[in-house]
Amino acid sequence: MLQIVVTLAIFMVLVIPMGTYMYHIATKEKTFADPLFNRVDGLIYKVCRINGEGMNWKQYALHLLTTNAVMVFTGYLVLRLQGLLFVNPNGIEAMEPTLSFNTIISFMTNTNLQHYSGESGLSYLSQMLVIIFMMFVSAASGYAACMAFCRGLAGKRKDVGNFYEDMVRITTRILIPVSLIAGLLLIWQGVPQTLAANQTVQTIEGQYQDLAMGPVAALESIKHLGTNGGGFFGANSTTPFENPTVISNIIELLCMMVLPGACVITFGKMTMKRRKEAKKNQVVMSTQKKAIFGNQGRTIFAAMSILFLVGLLICFNAEQAGNPALEAVGLNQDMGSMEGKEMRFGIAQSALFTTTTTSFTTGTVNNMHDTLTPLGGMVPMLHMMLNCVFGGKGVGLMNMVMYVILAVFLCGLMIGRTPEYLGKKIEGKEMKLVALVLIVHPLLILGFSALAVMTGAGMEGITNEGFHGLSQVLYEYASSAANNGSGFEGLADNTVFWNITTGLAMFFGRYIAIIAQLAIAGSLLAKRRVNETVGTLRTDNVIFTVILVVVVYIFAALTFFPALALGPIAEHLVLWMS
Amino acid sequence: MKNFGKYLKKAAAVTFTLLLICGVIYPLALTGIGQVLFPKQANGSIVKADGKEVGSEVVGQEFEGDQYFHGRISSVNYNTYTKEEKESGEYTGVASGSFNYGATNEDLKARVENDVKAFKERYKEATGEEFTGEIPADMLTASGSGLDPHISPESAEVQLPIVAAKSGLSEDEVEKIVENNTEHKVLGIFGEEKVNVLKCNLEIKEAMEG
Repeated sequence: MLQIVVTLAIFMVLVIPMGTYMYHIATKEKTFADPLFNRVDGLIYKVCRINGEGMNWKQYALHLLTTNAVMVFTGYLVLRLQGLLFVNPNGIEAMEPTLSFNTIISFMTNTNLQHYSGESGLSYLSQMLVIIFMMFVSAASGYAACMAFCRGLAGKRKDVGNFYEDMVRITTRILIPVSLIAGLLLIWQGVPQTLAANQTVQTIEGQYQDLAMGPVAALESIKHLGTNGGGFFGANSTTPFENPTVISNIIELLCMMVLPGACVITFGKMTMKRRKEAKKNQVVMSTQKKAIFGNQGRTIFAAMSILFLVGLLICFNAEQAGNPALEAVGLNQDMGSMEGKEMRFGIAQSALFTTTTTSFTTGTVNNMHDTLTPLGGMVPMLHMMLNCVFGGKGVGLMNMVMYVILAVFLCGLMIGRTPEYLGKKIEGKEMKLVALVLIVHPLLILGFSALAVMTGAGMEGITNEGFHGLSQVLYEYASSAANNGSGFEGLADNTVFWNITTGLAMFFGRYIAIIAQLAIAGSLLAKRRVNETVGTLRTDNVIFTVILVVVVYIFAALTFFPALALGPIAEHLVLWMS
Repeated sequence: MKNFGKYLKKAAAVTFTLLLICGVIYPLALTGIGQVLFPKQANGSIVKADGKEVGSEVVGQEFEGDQYFHGRISSVNYNTYTKEEKESGEYTGVASGSFNYGATNEDLKARVENDVKAFKERYKEATGEEFTGEIPADMLTASGSGLDPHISPESAEVQLPIVAAKSGLSEDEVEKIVENNTEHKVLGIFGEEKVNVLKCNLEIKEAMEG
């Protein structure tokens, strides 16, 4: 337990300077590294003819979509042709079309659902040009959208920013430098980074062992930093070469937590800045202390933290309790449920990683989620269904703001006032868009799950009988729609049915939400600011944090409880009652 | 339409620039720096015995002989194979993962039940005594990657009498070897106490030969 607390404490220490740095990048304020990066960026702007003109939300969204489309096309080509191209020492052949479709959508949408196995399905060139490249740009696209969204809500300027400039700045100033440092630390801990082929050794018993190698560290650091989650190898961060020690485990944990957390701080600072200017005379020393988060950011950060901790506690306790079925056949369970877990991580680091990877929608795993105890497995599933417990690459923040608007709206109904958020009236148009975002997500998960259990092609994938089978299906679509990418890996999912349906779930889960959220930001930006009065519902106090958490849980219960009751909850009862 | 063409052109320019930076320069730069600063780790932390490469420090291995400690259950057999297995196609290439059995899966129960029985028989055969202790959870559960290099100190303790009996070393000697290769919690806080199986077995082999 202590190691969990200390890890989270380190996270809190890191997230604050990171949030400040990110805020400076979003608002183009000075940072210590400007002399170097201004030059690099200047060169890139020149080559790509980026002029930095502000865009409205429609232009911004369109540029984002076009760029993503070009990237998808390029990546698809590489996957299909990898057998013929170079840097392929292990002689991997071309990827099959539906699998390539699934893979490319998966990586472009920052999902990183993997229906292939890295060691046998991708050449080193594909790992670099498709996987690593996509990990950078999909994360940058997400953060760019988030920055535009924050600018819209903060309402300091007429436009939401320039998409290309955001992409480049995020990549060169945050993602590449941090990835390099984290990558080096990981190599130090024992993650390979080489372009040499797999190695075969002869064991002391005279057998042979193949050791899968590659440029693993380069992928590993951006995989977590960009909350991507797709592993170099089939078993992801469970494999010793991706995650050899507890130190590497903590580096990976912190990498995936730091940017989504920092996003909330950036948001808080952006929205606070405006208020500061409104009451210029008051901001002498009083904001000094609050300046870390900004009031609005603090509410959201607190609500996210509560959701996170509740999940973590349930998961940890469920795993620590062990598996009574194995106790019954003579295997001591004092150590907890160890099936599918690694000795070097044990229960504590495994439970923490599991909750983090699904809350921050990374999708990397350091234990096999399919083998989690029923309730331990329900937590990651639930957090992907909520999709707002920090969430990955900026998208989680935007989703949480959807819940905030919903909460403001509900409160507005109760006290009989027009709801407002950040000084802007929330009206029919925004509520329709919010409802769209909040409904598409469950619709994708539950709709596709229903389709899968109704059709033979879907049922063929299920490899565990009974209630756990439904959990496998639910998890797969929750992971796709939330752009998480972890899996109950037992599911036999490399078939046409699963490749196509999850591909669609990932695509719609990502782009419908992003477009609708940018539209909300654009619409709020265009509104006139209303002055705060005593009757205004405050969104920066403890009560509102509580309301927000409750709204999230109620929404989840109303939508997902029946499905969860038939999956993990029923399995839990069977396991412990019989 | 003219507008769209302009969009496309810009998108393509950004794509190829970023492809070059993120997909080529970055991984190559990291490879270069990594190979210079940490050459051993960057190439897989290979362990040598008598000048021959026998495995990696961080990756587990399959051991069959009873004079050696056995690692955790692996769904991919630690990517270990014999010449015959490769020729007959039984070994299909490198992989990683677990069996992905849910907690209520009957196959999981059956597998553990069989392994418990097999272990007790192995124990009796080696030491001549009935096994009366508790089998720790990690010993007969499959690791997540199928490549776990560690077992818990409890698992090592349970196997110790078998290893001592079959290797001809005294229990004290074996215990010493286990202690040498036990990795402790980092700063006393992070991670778990664990024993590196390959390193133990290398020392056992050395002790037996010496």
